[in-house]
Amino acid sequence: MALEISQQIVDAILEQSRNEYPDECCGAILGPVGSDKPLRLKPMINAAHSPTFYEFDPKDLLALYREADDNDEEILVIYHSHTETEAFPSRTDIAYAGEPGAHYVLVSTRKQIAPATEFRSFRIVDGVVTEEEVSITE
Amino acid sequence: MSIEVRIPTILRPYTKDQKAVTAEGANLSSVISNLDSQYAGLGERLLENGSLRRFINIYVNDEDVRFLGGLDAQVKDGDSITILPAVAGG
Repeated sequence: MALEISQQIVDAILEQSRNEYPDECCGAILGPVGSDKPLRLKPMINAAHSPTFYEFDPKDLLALYREADDNDEEILVIYHSHTETEAFPSRTDIAYAGEPGAHYVLVSTRKQIAPATEFRSFRIVDGVVTEEEVSITE
Repeated sequence: MSIEVRIPTILRPYTKDQKAVTAEGANLSSVISNLDSQYAGLGERLLENGSLRRFINIYVNDEDVRFLGGLDAQVKDGDSITILPAVAGG
């Protein structure tokens, strides 16, 4: 298992995480159904506006699913930032992970590692976290 | 009364992998009871202590049921219900 993703999208997510600091940022990446190629970045508003929690607004969430359906796409990646801790799923992330087919990407804006960045990907299925390789393409 | 209910991936083990099922009822509460009678265990994934779960979103014809009276939300023949797990975490 691995996540293949473009440098452009990685950079855009890291920039979003810095722009929204100290709040957590979040979003999704859509790709053609069955392709496992996350191509279309959809930054979302963190309705919780919080440094320790994120949530897609329920109305935006439905719109995202509808848009994906209309374009024969699916939600391949769900991402969010951790502001002060490592880019690893928290207990809350695991408890609420509702998309067993998605790559869960975490980035961290924690200062201890600046200017280095963390960009990691996981599967979260039935409460079990499995890290996967991230392959960044040009 | 026939209501289409769209089931998210994570709950499809309850519906034999069906993406959409049909249910009956005049309001959301009775639709959920009807769903649970057809697909045992599904109701508990939607309700907690008799209330809608905080991190499950249910929509009637694209409107969040939280703005339609929650479990009392009225539904009628031909309506479509969509269930989506919240995308949330810490």
